[in-house]
Order: sequence, then structure tokens, then C-alpha cells
Amino acid sequence: MAPRKTPVVSRNPQLIRGVGKYSRSKMYHKRGLWAIKAKNGGVFPKHDPKPKAASTAEKVSKFYPADDIKVPLPNKRKAKPTKLRASITPGTVLIILAGRFKGKRVVFLKQLTSGLLLVTGPFKVNGVPLRRVNQAYVVGTSTKVDISGVNVDKFDDKYFAKAAEKKNKKGEGEFFEADKEEKNELPQDKKDDQKTVDAALIKSIEAVPDLKSYLAARFSLKAGMKPHELVF
Amino acid sequence: MGFKRYVEIGRVALINYGKDYGKLVVIVDVVDQNRALVDSPDMVRSQINFKRLTLTDIKIEINRTPKKKTLIEAMEKADVKGKWENSSWGRKLIVKQRRAALTDFDRFKLMLAKIKRGGLIRQELAKLKKETAA
Repeated sequence: MAPRKTPVVSRNPQLIRGVGKYSRSKMYHKRGLWAIKAKNGGVFPKHDPKPKAASTAEKVSKFYPADDIKVPLPNKRKAKPTKLRASITPGTVLIILAGRFKGKRVVFLKQLTSGLLLVTGPFKVNGVPLRRVNQAYVVGTSTKVDISGVNVDKFDDKYFAKAAEKKNKKGEGEFFEADKEEKNELPQDKKDDQKTVDAALIKSIEAVPDLKSYLAARFSLKAGMKPHELVF
Repeated sequence: MGFKRYVEIGRVALINYGKDYGKLVVIVDVVDQNRALVDSPDMVRSQINFKRLTLTDIKIEINRTPKKKTLIEAMEKADVKGKWENSSWGRKLIVKQRRAALTDFDRFKLMLAKIKRGGLIRQELAKLKKETAA
């Protein structure tokens, strides 16, 4: 059926659950069934059922499984992307708390569909490349960088997926020999992506005094700093 | 020896505990041995225990329980705000508030400024040392 253009709304307000304000005869009048009947010559319009398409005779299978298999209940849940903290907006400087780049101050670009945050150093400033980071391992500061000159539409989770490794044949005599010699080099187009994203960013970073050295420095807790009292 | 700051009508005090922590208020009446009626331009007149107050040096001229308008006029006339912000106690509180509101970037800039200042001081010191050594 075509979706309804107006939502179904009842013309019979509820007084209490199970008790409507208007009686059956009043509702008949309200719904205008008398007008529909009058238009159709005293009889309520009837539509013949649509002719069913002739279905091919189903072949009855001769095989039945011996035991009843339990079918799991259908799961129609859809995962929502992680809710982004209100303090984190595109252009916010974030402090990464864990992993290889812990303590680094980094610029937030956008949230990907998986919920992870797309982030860049910029690479020239502090060595952090275009990277995904989980919101839980990040502190949002109140410092914002102007990110309007940067185009991040082409980056999504597929961009960061690991390149499919060639399957080695089973007959490997020497482990970790010539195979692992070729380190995984970053493809040139990823390096170029980094350069284009960073070029616009670095310009807006250099517009603010001290911001570049701020991003180059790592964050650390010093004596007397109480994280629950600090304003980031 | 002896007390210098007295509880009296017109004494300005700082609230040091509770919902209105940090507010400057004027003692407008005394309820009993433990409580005073206090008032301030930005709060509803209410009673408060003396234990929650710290008296300041500032005192203004008012009658017992003045109208809010009269109170505000008297506070302006005595320039309570100015006296407070220029007193060493008031200045220390303001510095504390400013430091607590620094963001991470501000703290970084502060660190750079301190290093720069230290460098300049050390330069001058080196100069002076050279002069006295010579």
C-alpha cells in the first residue's frame, strides 16, 4: 500500500482508557460514512479483491530434518553511531590519552560512520597522521582551530581498512625471510591526502600565535594538577 | 590584642560555606546569638549562621534592615566593590578564580611566558654579576 500522507488520528477523544467521548452512532456521523454511502448510491463502496497472481505449485520436499532445530529470534536492532560529546566539534583540539600518541594534542576533523573520530596532527607539526581515534580515549579542550578550508569528505572507515594481505602458499620453508623484508610502505596517494589536508590546516594554525608550538608539545599532568578541577 | 572586625549592621562579610560560597554580603540585622540577616544586591535577603561568614574590614553606613534600594545606594557610595577588589585579600581571590578558569592552551601560553621572563631575569643577573666581578 502507498504510505499514508496524513497520520491516522482518532476523532473520538478518550475520556478514560477504553471509554470514548462519542457513541457509535455519533462516530458514524463524524466519520462521514453517511456521505460516502450517499456518494455511492446508498451502499457502502466495495472493492473486489485484487486477483492473486497464479503461484507455481510448490514442490513438496521429501527431506525433513530429524530433530527440530531452534531458530533464533530475529534481531532487527540497528547500531547507532556513538553520540559525540558536546565539547567536541570539528576543529577542536583534542588530547589523546592512550596508545602510541598518548599526550599528543591533535585536531579533530569529523566523526566517521563507525563512531570513531577522524583526527590529524597535523603530521608536520606533531607526527600524528590522519588517524581514527575512539572518543573514549580523548579529552576535548576548549581550543578550536578554523577548519573551513579543509575538505574531509573523501575519508571514511573503508579508507582506513587494512589492505587485503596476499595469502602465502602453505609451503614456507623459511619463516620471516624474504617475505617480511618488504615493510609495508604507505602508498603515495595516502601521503598526498595527508599533505592536502594539512596544508589548509597549518595555515589556520599559524594564524594563532603559539598554537603551533602548543600542538607540537605533549600534554602531561604536573604536580598539583587535579584533572577533575582543571578546565580543559 | 583584641578584636578588630566586629559583627555590626553594615559589616561586609564573605560567605565561606554553602550555596552562596564566595559571595560578598552585608550584615543587615542580627537574628540571635548565632545568626544574622544578610543581604546583597544579587541575592534574596536571608538569614545565615555566623559560622558561615568571614568578616572583612569593610563597613558601610546603613540603618537596621534598609530597603534593597537604600542598601544598593549605600554600597555604591562606600564603593564596596572597589575597596574589595583593591584589597590584598580580594585580589588574591580574583587571581585564584582566574587561575582556575585557565584552559589547557592558556596554561601552555603561561608556561612560555614564565620561561621567557625567567630567561630575561637570568640575563640581567648575569650582567650584574659581570659588573660586580669586574
